Amino acid sequence: MAQVTLRTVVKKYGALQVVHGIDLDIDDSEFVVLVGPSGCGKSTTLRMIAGLEPISGGEIVIGDRVVNDLPPRHRNISMVFQNYALYPHMTVRENLGFSLKIAKRAQGEIDRAVDEAAEILSLTEYLDRKPGALSGGQRQRVAMGRAIVRHPDVFLFDEPLSNLDAKLRTQMRTEIKKLHQKVKSTIVYVTHDQVEAMTLADRIVIMRDGHIEQIGTPLEVFEAPTNTFVATFIGSPPMNLLEGRVAQDAVALANGITVPVPEAFRAHVTDGQEVILGVRADNLMPVGHAMPMEGAHAAFDMTVNLSEPLGTETLLFATLAGEEVQAKMLNPRPVASGEQLRFQLDLTRCHLFDAQSRQSLR
Amino acid sequence: MNDARLHRLRARSLKLLQLAALFIAMSIICLPGLWVVLNSFRPTVEIMAKPPVWIPQELNLDHYRAMFGDLGEGGVPVMRYFTNSLIISVTSTVIAILVGMAGGYAFARYQFKGKAAIFIGLMLTRAVPGVALSLPLFIVMARTGLIDTHIGLILVYVSLNVPFTIWLIDGFFRQVPVELAEAAEIDGCTRWQAFWKVEFPVARAGVASAGIFAFLTSWNEYALASQLTRSTFSKTMPVGLRDFTSEFTINWGGMCALAVLMIIPALILTFLVQKHLIAGLTFGGVKG
Repeated sequence: MAQVTLRTVVKKYGALQVVHGIDLDIDDSEFVVLVGPSGCGKSTTLRMIAGLEPISGGEIVIGDRVVNDLPPRHRNISMVFQNYALYPHMTVRENLGFSLKIAKRAQGEIDRAVDEAAEILSLTEYLDRKPGALSGGQRQRVAMGRAIVRHPDVFLFDEPLSNLDAKLRTQMRTEIKKLHQKVKSTIVYVTHDQVEAMTLADRIVIMRDGHIEQIGTPLEVFEAPTNTFVATFIGSPPMNLLEGRVAQDAVALANGITVPVPEAFRAHVTDGQEVILGVRADNLMPVGHAMPMEGAHAAFDMTVNLSEPLGTETLLFATLAGEEVQAKMLNPRPVASGEQLRFQLDLTRCHLFDAQSRQSLR
Repeated sequence: MNDARLHRLRARSLKLLQLAALFIAMSIICLPGLWVVLNSFRPTVEIMAKPPVWIPQELNLDHYRAMFGDLGEGGVPVMRYFTNSLIISVTSTVIAILVGMAGGYAFARYQFKGKAAIFIGLMLTRAVPGVALSLPLFIVMARTGLIDTHIGLILVYVSLNVPFTIWLIDGFFRQVPVELAEAAEIDGCTRWQAFWKVEFPVARAGVASAGIFAFLTSWNEYALASQLTRSTFSKTMPVGLRDFTSEFTINWGGMCALAVLMIIPALILTFLVQKHLIAGLTFGGVKG
């Protein structure tokens, strides 16, 4: 159990800088997810915490030790790799017990720890198999088992679920969450999948191009994104963004459509300011097929171009102010393309961003 | 229905063709070997008969008896040659493997200046025919006093084999995912332990095959050995074969008998190491 602190950590490969001085405080037994598109530096950051990648500047603290120059084996961490990295020449039992064997623990102790880990991950019946004889999900569990036998201070997960099929991924996601509740270690988890980030994290760190864009709980980053990048990255489908200009407490969009400035943003905008209106599909619904909108809302007609039925809801693609936007229809009925519907927009859940800086105006 | 039968017929005739091709290929590979073995047991008259005697009429151990017999009566210092061959081949193979492992690993894992150039340079040395080196080698060895010594031949074979072992082992280490060593390091290994406990066992098929190739090259090499050895002190078995030629005659039977003795250790070694050669060891460790 330990805290992890990153202070202006920098990573350079020659002249190329991939991580630009990030600061991050991870609490003891907190589950933190680093999320971002590929190439954003999230894996590099994780590998720097692991000690697999030397840092070019700054400081990494695990527990109360600065670990900048410590090799991985002295950091008391364990890591689950994207491709599992199981030792193919060893049985599952040997894979699980390897770290303890290296640490020269007594055989009895190793056996107990391996059995316990196998029990937790229901691997007991596979202990004498080699990794080659296991399915993807089982290999994944062995990789996790190998991480937990040592009771490390910090668990590092590098996109551990991205090689699994969709169904197994959901299942393993739950197992990882359960595991965290059971072992209560600090976890740093890297993924590019925002659903994984939302469901697993105590706090999400959203990264782009080696910078941290926002840190917050899943609900915070979903409900109050600090910029358009976070707004479109978190949440599915991505938030609709519409360019406009503020005029008399309203945002004038293209084609003469105006939307009142949401209450929360009134004090932060001035007349004539160029802004971007952010609307999630969940807050843009056809009348009669919408959540009850108690606060301020607006309504207008849109033509549906395309509909994607998902069962409990249908995703509608329609044109608003010259842009294609996505809307949701609850209690769906079949919708033909070209059909015109009246839509309701929940103003209390809209966002405004500055058009230049693309930062939230809240 | 008719179509299915046609397909089955075609599949079956393809299979037959395949077997026939395999038989011909194996015959080409195996017949000379078989002929050598047969001749070692046949009397000289029968070996030299014209037209050839295809089916042996009489098999005996005369050539072997003579070979191990006294020097004056067709005997050859077989044990001496065998020991020389063994010392030279084993030592040069061990060195070539150690250097090959270090070099192959470095080429597979590390980035360094001039990597590509060094690699190409190493490969180019393979393009030089060994015989072309015999005169320069002879001069160098003569100057350094290494003619007719074990060390001289060992050095030559190491330098012949190292580029090849590096190339082969490099290929095998490339197939071992970097994450395996990283996982081992996180599990508490030093870099050195990670290599010996994880990467080496996973790539040992490659090391074993490099070993076999290096051993066989040294064991069978004739051209350079015939230049650089002088006496029973360093002559290897292939060079020893020449003891069966005299001014006017060649003792084919004796030569074949010695050749059989040469083949046996190579066969045994290949047999012992072959289980390590089974590929696919890396399968399963990481998502393929």
